[in-house]
Amino acid sequence: MPAAPSAQMGRTVLDARDIARALTRISHEILERNKGAGDLVLLGIPRRGVPLAHRIAARISSVEEYDVPVGSLDITMYRDDLRMKPARTLMHTEIPGDGIDGKVVVLVDDVLYSGRTIRAALDALNDVGRPRAVQLAVLVDRGHRELPIRADFVGKNLPTSVAERVSVRLSELDDDGDADSVSIVVPAPEDNGGTA
Amino acid sequence: MTSVTSPSFLLKNAAILGGEPTDIRIADGVIAQIGAGLTADGAEVIEADGLIALPGLVDLHTHLREPGREDAETVETGTRAAALGGFTAVHAMANTDPVADTAGVVEQVWRLGREAGYCDVFPIGAVTVGLKGERLAELGAMADSAARVRIFSDDGHCVSDPLLMRRALEYVKAFDGVIAQHAQDPRLTEGAQMNESELSGRLGLAGWPAVAEEAIIARDCLLTAHVGSRLHVCHVSTAGSVEIVRDAKRKGWNVTAEACPHHLLLTDELAATYNPIYKVNPPLRSAADVEALRAGLADGTIDIVATDHAPHPHEDKDCEWAAAAFGMLGLETALSIVQHAMVDTGLLDWEGVAERLSYAPARIGRVADHGRPIEVGAPANLALYDPAATRTIDAAESASLSRNTPYAGMELPGRIEATFLRGRPTVLDGKLYSLDGKVA
Amino acid sequence: MKRHLLSAADLTRDDAELVLTTAAELRSLADRPIKKLPALRGRTVVNLFFEDSTRTRISFEAAAKRLSADVINFAAKGSSLSKGESLKDTALTLEAMGADAVVIRHSASGAPHRLAHSGWVRSSVVNAGDGTHEHPTQALLDAFTLWRHLGESKPSGLEGRRVAIVGDVLHSRVARSNALLLQTLGVDVTLVGPPTLLPVGVESWGVDTSYDLDAVLPKVDAVMMLRVQRERMQGGFFPTPREYSRRYGLDGRRMATLQDHTIVMHPGPMVRGMEITADVADSDRSVIVEQVTNGVAVRMAVLYLLLGGSENPE
Ligand SMILES: [Zn+2]
Repeated sequence: MPAAPSAQMGRTVLDARDIARALTRISHEILERNKGAGDLVLLGIPRRGVPLAHRIAARISSVEEYDVPVGSLDITMYRDDLRMKPARTLMHTEIPGDGIDGKVVVLVDDVLYSGRTIRAALDALNDVGRPRAVQLAVLVDRGHRELPIRADFVGKNLPTSVAERVSVRLSELDDDGDADSVSIVVPAPEDNGGTA
Repeated sequence: MTSVTSPSFLLKNAAILGGEPTDIRIADGVIAQIGAGLTADGAEVIEADGLIALPGLVDLHTHLREPGREDAETVETGTRAAALGGFTAVHAMANTDPVADTAGVVEQVWRLGREAGYCDVFPIGAVTVGLKGERLAELGAMADSAARVRIFSDDGHCVSDPLLMRRALEYVKAFDGVIAQHAQDPRLTEGAQMNESELSGRLGLAGWPAVAEEAIIARDCLLTAHVGSRLHVCHVSTAGSVEIVRDAKRKGWNVTAEACPHHLLLTDELAATYNPIYKVNPPLRSAADVEALRAGLADGTIDIVATDHAPHPHEDKDCEWAAAAFGMLGLETALSIVQHAMVDTGLLDWEGVAERLSYAPARIGRVADHGRPIEVGAPANLALYDPAATRTIDAAESASLSRNTPYAGMELPGRIEATFLRGRPTVLDGKLYSLDGKVA
Repeated sequence: MKRHLLSAADLTRDDAELVLTTAAELRSLADRPIKKLPALRGRTVVNLFFEDSTRTRISFEAAAKRLSADVINFAAKGSSLSKGESLKDTALTLEAMGADAVVIRHSASGAPHRLAHSGWVRSSVVNAGDGTHEHPTQALLDAFTLWRHLGESKPSGLEGRRVAIVGDVLHSRVARSNALLLQTLGVDVTLVGPPTLLPVGVESWGVDTSYDLDAVLPKVDAVMMLRVQRERMQGGFFPTPREYSRRYGLDGRRMATLQDHTIVMHPGPMVRGMEITADVADSDRSVIVEQVTNGVAVRMAVLYLLLGGSENPE
């Protein structure tokens, strides 16, 4: 998790209003692409994908007057780098009551980078059920893909260098209140970089 | 250095019991001359600057394991360890296989000691046949044998039957014997694994309560007084036991007691490792018990230090705590532990060390030629000890066949430089010499 | 977390809460169609049981398999105490087989400790019950059950709750581990039993003790009844089983003195009619069956946290 001071020292590329606009646009694109909200299930990938999924769901329901099911999908145990660090704390998985079989699942995450997180999420999803289709919505696509994965809905394409780190702060999770932001941070040499 | 079989030695500048350095001439197996500036006169000169001359140490409690467990120790290997520890006499406990409960077995052990030649071996006879605590062994026959047994003990087992104990105490009066009791109430210690304490409760190891020792000692003191005999209490391990012995002595009863080096240094906290190298009977006790034992040894309540040297083969210790054998090595480290626990702490001077590790055990065992002060005319049984040396204990270097020392890796003070048995060096320059005068 | 789980005392409060929250996540997965998770794929877990305990072994086996570990069950028959080196020899065999974790049940207190610290094996060691010493995963599942039942959102909500552990504390590894773990979690523990069945020095464990079950029951949020083993009945620890039941058994009359929310626990197997009557064991307050279910989730959490990551992060 990025420490607050270093995030503040970074270069802000999206502020709260930019983020709100991006999410609104993504919400409309999801509805357009799927011709309504009927079969949709939004699954946020912890941590920051979860509040983003809830925000998108709220926007969809305000348009459609229909509560789209929202849940969370923890991918920790499916990570391909599980063995490279001490055991990681599990995040919460919550599959909406009606399940995902035959539904269109939209995975929601904050930053798309190597694609490995999404690969793990697809594996995790496979153990939960069999959706009709899986789509991917991300707030930021920073490039540098290492797997053949692309997002269906992108808030902002953000060219970065590998040395940089993208820091996303959301009011639901990060202490400093209402300060939604996306910034680019060049870490100090001893910081081994973020994979967000 | 020339041959060590030379008939005479001159120890230059040895500090007898830590006193002023002087010279000691050894010839014909006795101490021939003591005084400053003695000339060699053909004797082999041993520079003893900084070394303390002590009377040869006498152990009243050694397990030599032969006959029966020659995989753990033999009379030869055990006495080699003894010589390296500065001992010139050891008393071999009776719990061998067969048990030393007949004249035949005690004479065999005694003879093995003579043949090995590193240290005099005085067998202890069993009190009861087969250590079973049912009927008296032939104590008189053992006393009259070539081994001249004076100490009788079922060590490893307690003579718990009060009537049998009474009879034993009475019977040995006929030949000035003494009963050395392993004080452990068997019912109070069924399955016992370690000192009963808050720690034993937490570790889930069955407790060996202090009262199981103290109740037997109190009873035996009363019995001894009642029949007018001699009692020796083996391996006193608790503060309460010290108090009971102190009280018995105050009353003038003929009771002596021993403490083991490990009980003067180590505490039951070590059981928390579950490493059975620390498993011993009686068990390691609390720090308060260690303090009380040291105080008792200092004020003479505890008469002697005895090693309870108890060798065990590797597999009997390299296992679960409950499955492991009780006991630890002691001969090669005893004097260093005593220096560390008693001398360096100011509780005992070297005169006191000689009393506790040589004079008194020889008196209790009625051994005439050991435990004599270093005086002209006395048998030349003595040890040269360097109290300024330090050594890190390495189990692999032990002369014992076994490796179960609890002190491995510890840095201890002092080293035996030489041991003389009737004028013949068994150890010189820290190296063993066999009967034929060769480096063993 | 340390590399081994030998004692409940190995767990800091953070560790314990992490195990419990992890177990909560894993327990919810039990409702999915595919219960298997890939976290321990390629890892080998050996269940080394020197003492029969089908329930504990099955629980660990299910936990390891749900995490996709390879499981080897190794039942060492007979007493190891009769042949001194068998624990070591067995350990060397397991080491040669490349075990990543050894789950060990043994009749000798400290056997898991020996296994972990004697240099015989390099694997993680999980104590599944040793002699009269400890049974840390049982304590974890008890704490987990308590937490779920007392309706707290986080394990830290157990702070200040009161639990009575009743019966043969002296010989109970469950009691030892629970006393340690529940205290770590801030629970007030009272050990209740006849004086002959409370260990020497129990005053210094930091728990309350009582000989009077009736006085304790109305004050607690949970009662944990310990099994009275048959051999104790002849051991002279109490005059007769009847007197024991009368003084320390949980029956309907005593259950009626509990607060409404108070739950009844038992690590099993129960001796019905001895420490607990059938009507109590089968009552709504009894969470005994749920304890078994929670056992799998808690053991999954332990195995995951011990084996799921790397020992030596780059
Ligand atoms: Zn003994």
